[in-house]
Amino acid sequence: MSSVKELLNRKPTLRAASLLSLPLLWLGVIYIGSLFALFITSIWKIDTFTSKIIREFTLENFIDVFTDRAYFNVTIRTLFVAICVTVICAVIAIPMAFFIARIAREKSRPVLIALLITPLWASYLVKIYAWRTMFYPESGFINWLISPLGGSSPGFGIFAVIIGLTYLWLPYMILPIYAGMEKLPSSLLDASSDLGAKSGRTFFSVILPITWPAIIAGSIFTFSLSMGDYITVQILGGTFQMLGNVVYQNFSLNLPFAAAVALIPVIIMMIYLSSIRKSGALDNL
Amino acid sequence: MRKNKRFSFAVLLAASTLILAGCSSSSDDASGGAYAGPVKDTPGTINVLAWPGYAEDGTTDPAVDWVTPFEKATGCEVNVKTYGTSDEAVQLMQAGGYDVVSASGDASLRLIYGGDLQPVNLDLIPNYADIFDNLKDRPWNTVDGKNYGVPHGRGANVLQYTLGKVKEPSSWSIVWEPNSPAKGKITAYDSAIYIADAAVYLMSTKPELGIKDPYALDQTQFDAAMALLKQQKPLIAEYWSDYTKYIGAVQSGSITAGTSWQVIANVLNGTKATVGATKPKEGATGWSDTWMISSKTEAIDCAYKWLNHIITPSVNAQAAEYFGEAPANSKACALTANKDHCKLYHAEETDYWSDVYYWKTPTEQCLDGRTDVKCLPYAEWVKAWSSFRNS
Repeated sequence: MSSVKELLNRKPTLRAASLLSLPLLWLGVIYIGSLFALFITSIWKIDTFTSKIIREFTLENFIDVFTDRAYFNVTIRTLFVAICVTVICAVIAIPMAFFIARIAREKSRPVLIALLITPLWASYLVKIYAWRTMFYPESGFINWLISPLGGSSPGFGIFAVIIGLTYLWLPYMILPIYAGMEKLPSSLLDASSDLGAKSGRTFFSVILPITWPAIIAGSIFTFSLSMGDYITVQILGGTFQMLGNVVYQNFSLNLPFAAAVALIPVIIMMIYLSSIRKSGALDNL
Repeated sequence: MRKNKRFSFAVLLAASTLILAGCSSSSDDASGGAYAGPVKDTPGTINVLAWPGYAEDGTTDPAVDWVTPFEKATGCEVNVKTYGTSDEAVQLMQAGGYDVVSASGDASLRLIYGGDLQPVNLDLIPNYADIFDNLKDRPWNTVDGKNYGVPHGRGANVLQYTLGKVKEPSSWSIVWEPNSPAKGKITAYDSAIYIADAAVYLMSTKPELGIKDPYALDQTQFDAAMALLKQQKPLIAEYWSDYTKYIGAVQSGSITAGTSWQVIANVLNGTKATVGATKPKEGATGWSDTWMISSKTEAIDCAYKWLNHIITPSVNAQAAEYFGEAPANSKACALTANKDHCKLYHAEETDYWSDVYYWKTPTEQCLDGRTDVKCLPYAEWVKAWSSFRNS
């Protein structure tokens, strides 16, 4: 035992290697490896009758994805939903996080945070099916709520999907923003008001710029989770579909095509991540 | 930096070796001969891939169970996995791990040619003798004179409508025409095979297209079917493939008409009659299902016993009655709880089945015998369906 200790003490590289081997295995083999497998699959053919994969090179899957207008439209729709969900989450999360971090009494903060996290204790499916019953066009809760005002439930579709996803991912937006606002020094807020700024000015000129990286960090969660979702869309979407549904619909019969479609969100996320790298948001994760 | 590069290269190499190792083997040659027998009493475990309602083990309803008696009698343990569309079944069978499957005609041929199934030695299945003759040796269960399984049952994809909301329809026009009384509350089956339902409707509404077989569509006929589907899309509330979700939607009133299975109507009518189900005048698509054995099974004796058990007159009667379809075993008709079951499902009438177009896999060579044109193979159907659903 002591000799192992001695050895590790003497050889710092060995120490680092033994410490890093597991995470690197995960990152290298399971994560990069599966992305690599995804890419390789997307340049293979299938036997059109038995839908078995033939390992021959082809670019046809990409040509199909990029020449069919339907897949361009579905990409745009998916982006639209992901952006809407992210923006709505941010709009709800910023005041909530600010209240918890700065206004609420210090004693009640842990309780409030715990309350925020409670939705995460329930299963994803249960929550989405609950929303489904609420969105039923005639008998649902939302219809009951709106009908006295002369409206009617929007039913299943893009609106229901945005609401459902916003509900699901909201905690992932609040938590990083809360962490960012907690770090905010009170002296800055005091200085702002001493210099005569009203609360609105303080918020936009002091609080928002400082917590911006935290907001971006939260947006990575809400944006990427919305980009890849297909179950909520199946349950709340009616005939509406997103990129995940295209993958789901095609993976059983045309795996290479599904792989090609699955690369679209990967590429979008890469662009997104590299564009925000400079904002310092990645330090806030 | 240099070191870094070398390291990531090593990781990449390791990853690709792992992937390649996972990809090797798996030969495609269809296994030649059937099991010679005899069926021995070796205990084992079989994984059964079935349509919902075909292999009930009491988990859905404790009173509905024909799997446990089989397990007790044979010592074979049975795990049941259900699936929602034939495409899903094909994918699961190809991935492996299942010993027997109840395959519809649109899945069976793909699996047979893909080498995923083995021919069946019918001499080892005594109950096969009682199967209706018009289900034996049909193109979806027999290839090159080799039988690939035992017929289980058949049925039509019925038109289901909610009582009190929709008048009993006599035509599929209620799901296709823009002036439908059920507009916005219609459902359709979420699979490329549903294109055939459009073709069935076109057979009687647009005879000039000359569709003889809804699974043999040339480009013009196919385009007409897709145009009909596009016309239908604004009327649709939801497409379905998960039948429990379908049931919930009907109960809530968000769906009032659409294509369905008799079993769904039966579940909905469990406590009180809420829906009706009918085969409209245009005819309907339908299924004829066959129990088949995987070419990679390791529990061959249990698999044969299962095939024989599932078409035993009493079991076939139970399963057919529970699912709501016509049994394949001619002796099953005498054993159903409802004595009119076979009459209700027209099991013994050959005429009834003349306008039921059983699911099969479309191929480039037209299935209706035309040689002057090329038909669209199923891969094209799937592509068109995927594009249509996302347009």
